[in-house]
Amino acid sequence: MASSIKATLFKDPASTESTRNILKVVILLVIAAVSVASRLFSVIRFESIIHEFDPWFNFRASKYLVKNGFFDFWNWFDDRTWYPLGRVTGGTLYPGLMVTSGAIWHFLRMISLPVDIRNICVLLAPGFSGLTAFATYLFTAEMKDSSAGLLAAAFMGIAPGYISRSVAGSYDNEAIAIFLLMFTFYLWIKAAKLGSAMWGGLCALFYFYMVSAWGGYVFITNLIPLHVFVLILMGRYSGRIYVAYSSWYALGTLASMQIPFVGFLPIRTSEHMAALGIFGLIQLVAFVDYLRGQVPSKHFNTLLRAIVVLIAVVSFVGLVTLTVTGVIAPWSGRFYSLWDTGYAKIHIPIIASVSEHQPTAWPSFFFDLNFLIWLFPAGVYLCFRQLRDEHVFIIVYAVMSSYFAGVMVRLMLTLTPVVCVAAAMAVSSILDTYLEIESPEEAAEESDSKKSKKTKEAAASGSNTGGFLSSKAPFIGIYSFTSKAAVVASFSVYLVMFVLHCTWVTSNAYSSPSVVLASRMPDGSQHIIDDFREAYYWLRKNTPYDAKIASWWDYGYQIGGMADRTTLVDNNTWNNTHIATVGKAMASSEEVSYEILRKHEVDYVLVIFGGLLGYSGDDINKFLWMVRIAEGVWPSEVQERKFFTSRGEYKIDHDATDTMKNSLMYKMSYYKYASMFPPGQATDRVRGAKLPQEGPQIHTIEEAFTTENWIVRIYKVKDLDQFGRDHFAAMAFESGKKRAGKKAGMAGRAGGKKGRRLVRA
Amino acid sequence: MARKNANSSAPRPTTPDPSSVRPTTPNTEATPNKATPRSTPAPSSSSSSSTGNLKANSSPIDIANAIWEKYQKDTPQRTKLIDVFMGFLVVVGIVQFVYCVLAGNYPFNAFLAGFAATVGQFVLTASLRIQTNPANKTEFSSVSPERAFADFVFGSLTLHFFCVNFIN
Repeated sequence: MASSIKATLFKDPASTESTRNILKVVILLVIAAVSVASRLFSVIRFESIIHEFDPWFNFRASKYLVKNGFFDFWNWFDDRTWYPLGRVTGGTLYPGLMVTSGAIWHFLRMISLPVDIRNICVLLAPGFSGLTAFATYLFTAEMKDSSAGLLAAAFMGIAPGYISRSVAGSYDNEAIAIFLLMFTFYLWIKAAKLGSAMWGGLCALFYFYMVSAWGGYVFITNLIPLHVFVLILMGRYSGRIYVAYSSWYALGTLASMQIPFVGFLPIRTSEHMAALGIFGLIQLVAFVDYLRGQVPSKHFNTLLRAIVVLIAVVSFVGLVTLTVTGVIAPWSGRFYSLWDTGYAKIHIPIIASVSEHQPTAWPSFFFDLNFLIWLFPAGVYLCFRQLRDEHVFIIVYAVMSSYFAGVMVRLMLTLTPVVCVAAAMAVSSILDTYLEIESPEEAAEESDSKKSKKTKEAAASGSNTGGFLSSKAPFIGIYSFTSKAAVVASFSVYLVMFVLHCTWVTSNAYSSPSVVLASRMPDGSQHIIDDFREAYYWLRKNTPYDAKIASWWDYGYQIGGMADRTTLVDNNTWNNTHIATVGKAMASSEEVSYEILRKHEVDYVLVIFGGLLGYSGDDINKFLWMVRIAEGVWPSEVQERKFFTSRGEYKIDHDATDTMKNSLMYKMSYYKYASMFPPGQATDRVRGAKLPQEGPQIHTIEEAFTTENWIVRIYKVKDLDQFGRDHFAAMAFESGKKRAGKKAGMAGRAGGKKGRRLVRA
Repeated sequence: MARKNANSSAPRPTTPDPSSVRPTTPNTEATPNKATPRSTPAPSSSSSSSTGNLKANSSPIDIANAIWEKYQKDTPQRTKLIDVFMGFLVVVGIVQFVYCVLAGNYPFNAFLAGFAATVGQFVLTASLRIQTNPANKTEFSSVSPERAFADFVFGSLTLHFFCVNFIN
């Protein structure tokens, strides 16, 4: 941070060009080092471990790639997920991330540095964040100058909005995608500026890489055409735009179709039609423009605009008709939910159930971007002042991403780069103006303090806009030293506060692996809660290799990655019905769910229960989503209403409805829970509710393992009874016999024949 | 309004600039002619005839004829060659499309690869044509004709690599 401010100090002509270049390189290296270092909190605090949910799948896929080679990976059919369906993994993933880390792994081995693939995966995101900072520098340097670029790189390196997705261990597609996004944009700007097919081709190649890495490539697919469209409407069509866009689209679209997961989508779905439409439009515009060159007339200008509007209307109508008649697939559900935030909740509960698809809360803008968020409009305003072609891009990008970031928390990620760029332009304009050490000479004598105050505001944005505006306007500078010092000092304070805020946010909010939890003991020392890995390790060691584990889909990837067991559903939510099946099994009574579990050959059922520890992300809190998703498929068998009390409350204590109390999820969560407490004292610490003394009884499943803090509970699905009875009859018979034998003893609870820590071979 | 700038500065290359001095003879004499009609006050015969047509605004066929005549007269031989190639690509593309409509699109990959090859090659050639057009010199200050050709080769190689990969 401080070093980049220093860079602007060296603007006096005395320092030579080469010194500046060396300084820039050094500063960029420092920024890269800082951005890597600030992402290592989790490794230092915990260990080198893959975080959260999706990264576990990416990690597993990377291991597969490294072990079996590229072609096996490409044709990988995974029969250990989505049992019994399996998943054509090679054709349904974005391979860019795994291929990148695989390539790094092979490269490091080639130079005889055999690094474990896990460490490469863990450190990939921080490594690429350094490159993102560099790409942001290049991008911003095209917009303003290299000092703004350095500031933008520094902002980008430590902005929490980006760090949230790229801490060490967060091995997700976004880890490399943001770098690719920024670099593709840089190449596009370069192509549009120079009108060179080579830059357009490079842009297409990086677009291809981006397509291979992240589903968010659609953002680029729509943003670049939009930029071109806006330029055409502004009457700024030029041969350069034609060359850049045509070469990008022709190459990029063809390249994007090479990814099996994308396939023919670019010519079939509506999301990609804008790009195709603009491609057709720009051909027409180019042709018309050529004709105009042949027939010089002023009439032609109006004619050209008329044609443009006509074509746009015709193509839009054509697109609508094609969509209605079904030639082009309609917008996908995820896309609808971008326009109507209530859409997903009604039609596709599975999308709405993911917390990162919720609309963004206002404080999170400030939390993730700090003072950049209020400099952002200033930067966009500066773009309006100059309004070259590339500034139009920033404006379009800013408008689009602001909207999308407001709709989905997750898309904050695409907003962060443009905020960093715009804010850096604003800050560097301010610093350029106020860091001039010499006062302007000609006006210096006559200037009094009042005048300088007046000019100060104008000068803040006026004197350094560069380009045609500054050449027209008379030179205005800052005269009094105090105002300079005050502004510079206050901005230094803001910058320092930004660094502090970023570090604080990173260390407190974004560095938790969520696989391992940390808490503080009363004496202040750190206590690690490692229940997840305890349970997954138990599964790995104590169950047969082909055992099938049923759990809610959130934990599918982790079970696959850590326990290496077959799962029914996982975080790749491609089959809603299958997920609803699991939801139905969880939400139904034992008789119904036993049928479902048997039909799917489930051996173990796993639930997450946070009641003892107060871990709020547990299955009871997610339970309503299971019910909703199941209700979407079987509206007659599962009804959300029945899980609420007559007063419309979601209760788990005495007032809980019978449907709730009989559901498998409730039983598995609270089975024997009351025995942990003195009589009448059983409390659920997440929901803050007292539980009934008599806990639920289970018949068709039996407890297999419960972790130290009860976070993970694993149940074994009982085999069919040996005498052909149903399990209720068998239990009743057994408990009756027991009770008869223990007449003198205390009344034991039925079904309590297994110990809590029963370990099965 | 970038267009206006380009127009006003277009007459400058009337003096034969070094890049237009090429071994082909028709090129050198065609280049100045090509540039002058873009400036309205120029008293060149071809431009006056075309403006006369447009002022009358009588029939679009006359305008088309005028354009065709002007094209025949003013376009350098090399650009004509490029145009012929572009026309060929359009024909090939149309043939493929008609075949796809009539005979079905069964190997859809192959059809797409073939069609994308023609379209891509067309736009790359059009880019080459625009970049090498001396009238556009001001816009493409950093792209010399040689550089444009190198770009063209790079783009075509990438395009056909992907096409061959996609064709199955």
